[in-house]
Amino acid sequence: MVFYLEERMVRNMRFSALLSSGSDIDIMVHGLLKYHFFGHEVWLTTTHVSLLIIVAVLVIFSVAAGRTMKKASEVPTGFQNVVELIVEKLDHMVDGVMGKNARKYYNYIGMVFIFLLLSNISGLMGLRPPTADYGVTLPLGVLTFLMIHFNEVRYHKMKEIWRDKCSPLPPWLPIWLPINIISDIAVPLSLSLRLFANVLSGTIIMALIYGLLGWIATIWPAALHVYFDLFSGAIQSFVFCMLTMTYVSNAIGDGE
Amino acid sequence: MDFNENFILGCSAIGAGLAVIAGIGPGVGQGIAAGHAAAAVGRNPGARSDITTTMLLGQAVAETTGLYGLAVAILLLFVKPLLW
Repeated sequence: MVFYLEERMVRNMRFSALLSSGSDIDIMVHGLLKYHFFGHEVWLTTTHVSLLIIVAVLVIFSVAAGRTMKKASEVPTGFQNVVELIVEKLDHMVDGVMGKNARKYYNYIGMVFIFLLLSNISGLMGLRPPTADYGVTLPLGVLTFLMIHFNEVRYHKMKEIWRDKCSPLPPWLPIWLPINIISDIAVPLSLSLRLFANVLSGTIIMALIYGLLGWIATIWPAALHVYFDLFSGAIQSFVFCMLTMTYVSNAIGDGE
Repeated sequence: MDFNENFILGCSAIGAGLAVIAGIGPGVGQGIAAGHAAAAVGRNPGARSDITTTMLLGQAVAETTGLYGLAVAILLLFVKPLLW
């Protein structure tokens, strides 16, 4: 009985990993390579491949940018212009939210923003957006969570944190403590789920259009690509960075 | 009573349809936010870019609850947790 259930579970898992129950609809998750990891059957999927492609593009871009900035001229030309424009825009975005704490977070926020933007847009280039996989967005949310609480512990005394966690009631009556802790845990979950569900819904809608309409879906789905891939992707990566910065600067408070 | 796989699949589909009703709330909320943003731009056209940024941020946050419904529907349809 147990064996039977497990076999059925594995079959179901396979189908869910492929996300297509035998029809023409292609949501672009394909298992490419199967391997065994501590007795579990694990698949390398298209998500991993497109993630690797994006990381390779970013590495090449940043190496090239570093080489140009090494021999930068006073009056920027060509590629140096592009690099300076990107860095200036990102730094301006961080400055607007974090104020005097901005210097330490230029690198992280800029990195996350460029990575998310490229991953969300990669649907345009025929890749499967890696952010349509919960395994990619959850670690980013967890990183934000760790940054929030690291800064909270670093810039506040334990007493203040305790008072904050019991906040609507006085500190000797910690009835609201569990609720505040739950709302803390909900932060990374909502951050990562928002990004994941937005990108995944765009991917699924595009897959439905291409899979169900057949030849009718020529040319005009380009407009939908502009909305789901470009607009929605840019907005979501912006929102992720904005919320990360807001939470972190709230956690820092007016410390120091 | 004996429930076979197809019955459970059909019920999952109904449940997925019901879960996506969660989209009503964010729709109303985003509409209200956009309306107020339009009014604010009308009063103070100089602050247009700030207002747009704030509106988009608020709308994206308000959208989350609808996306939870979507996530539940996707889980019901594709991962089929009731069949395990």
